[in-house]
Amino acid sequence: MFVNNDVKNAMAMEERHVIKLSDPDHPVILSTEDLHVYYGKKEALFEGDLEFASNQITALIGPSGSGKSTYLRSLNRMNDRIATVTGKIMYRGVDINQPSIDVYEMRRRVGMVFQRPNPFAKSIYDNIAFALRLRGVTGKHKLDEIVETSLKQAALWDQVKDDLNKSALALSGGQAQRLCIARAIAIKPDILLLDEPASALDPVSTGQLEDTLLSLKEHYTIIIVTHNMQQAARISEYTAFFNQGRVLEYDTTSHIFTNPSVQVTSDYVSGNFG
Amino acid sequence: MKTTEQLEAKLKRRSKAAKLEIWGRLVSLTALMLIVAVVVAIIGFVASKGIATFTSNHVSLWDFLSGKSWNPGVNGANGKPEVGALPMIVGSFLITILSAIVATPFAIGTAVFMNEISPNKGAKILQPVTELLVGIPSVVYGFIGLSVVVPTTRAIFGGSGFGILSGTCVLFVMILPTVTSMSADALRAVPRYYREASLALGATQWQTIYKVVLRAATPGLMTAVVFGMARAFGEALAVQMVIGNAALMPNSLVSPSSTLTSVLTTGIGNTVMGSLQNNALWSLALVLLFMSLVFNLIIRLIGRKGRLQ
Repeated sequence: MFVNNDVKNAMAMEERHVIKLSDPDHPVILSTEDLHVYYGKKEALFEGDLEFASNQITALIGPSGSGKSTYLRSLNRMNDRIATVTGKIMYRGVDINQPSIDVYEMRRRVGMVFQRPNPFAKSIYDNIAFALRLRGVTGKHKLDEIVETSLKQAALWDQVKDDLNKSALALSGGQAQRLCIARAIAIKPDILLLDEPASALDPVSTGQLEDTLLSLKEHYTIIIVTHNMQQAARISEYTAFFNQGRVLEYDTTSHIFTNPSVQVTSDYVSGNFG
Repeated sequence: MKTTEQLEAKLKRRSKAAKLEIWGRLVSLTALMLIVAVVVAIIGFVASKGIATFTSNHVSLWDFLSGKSWNPGVNGANGKPEVGALPMIVGSFLITILSAIVATPFAIGTAVFMNEISPNKGAKILQPVTELLVGIPSVVYGFIGLSVVVPTTRAIFGGSGFGILSGTCVLFVMILPTVTSMSADALRAVPRYYREASLALGATQWQTIYKVVLRAATPGLMTAVVFGMARAFGEALAVQMVIGNAALMPNSLVSPSSTLTSVLTTGIGNTVMGSLQNNALWSLALVLLFMSLVFNLIIRLIGRKGRLQ
């Protein structure tokens, strides 16, 4: 959703409710400051600054075109060649939105899983070993070990352990998406960004995926964009509600879903939106 | 009751749309039949003429394919006509393979630049240039070959300058745009999410191109190369102008030699229909036709294999 300046000023008067995090057990690992995203001259995101707690799941919800995917893709600079991103993205105290940042090294720490399961046309094993080999991990023993632990963490090992050399394209949608998660965590990132990972999956696969994510937060900070509000309610600790390029409300998930502070959020989560 | 009958009559009456439908199907079917008829007629004609060398002139197929001297008007020492096509077959294959080997890296490199590295410049500059190169008539390529490439070859390697090397240079430029634009199509067909997946895993752009995009596009790239080879194999005029047209086994890349097409274009006007000289040329044409079918078959096989992956 692109808005002109008049609408923007009018909207600035609207109520917003964005909390600052203060949980000593889960310190802030990633935050944005004054982040703006432009597609050409059109501003797709403003007033979208959030803080993310480590080893927690944060859900980004909102209608289509609200800027939530744009925001997520900016966090590991996947928007670099598509959009102009200004402002700071602070990761453990370092601004990773500077030109001098090596984006390839940064993306090793901030991994991403996409809406559509996108395994390479390679074997299951080679899919997971791909990023490791790029980083010079070549020992067969070491690779075997990482492939196994990654698949176990993604809850896929039991289903594919005898078929590691078969093509990843033969997997079902849910399995393929968990393979993508295994592939992303094989390089041990700090943060895992997921862009509507379950939107192409059936309910059973979605349930399995959610269980996987819940077990992963012990090791990783997870930020997930979702259209499915029940999903956000089920798995996340914090929820941000995006609308027309800005965050209208950010709070604990229970607050957003049971007692939202902003009327628009309330309308959206109760299905009275639009 | 009456309304039911009326409805039935109305539904059964051919409407204007239904008539148009039949008419349209008829037109496209006729067009298809015509093309099939033309192809069958060409193959039939070339085959009947080409086989005459072996049936009415009693040349053995083996002598034709393996004989090294080409002189259809003269009988050799053993009393048989000298219609050994091996020098031309070797010349055709050599020039085809060499030009494909030289053109492929340039074509794929250009396609990668156009598609992956600088899509903007690629679309604005390289795409039109490539299309322009496709449109230049082969006689122009041949003429440039004759006045630039041949003297250069002569200056560097000595001899006359005519030969396989000059032919390769000319064909390289001629097939480059075809292979380039088909390679670019192959790269374009690689889904964007492959690239995103690779980049999100921390791969650099070059790693993404090399390990993901080119691998995924391999069947398409192979098709592009084979297509270029088919074009090189069938090109006549430009090659004829620079190869020297000596029906000899090529003993070096800079000695005058010939290809199937160059012998055909120089010889076909100078022979009498029905004579051995004429039939032998038709046999060469049959070999050419057969080879282009083989190239087509290879392209289809690669395409099918690509889909299965």
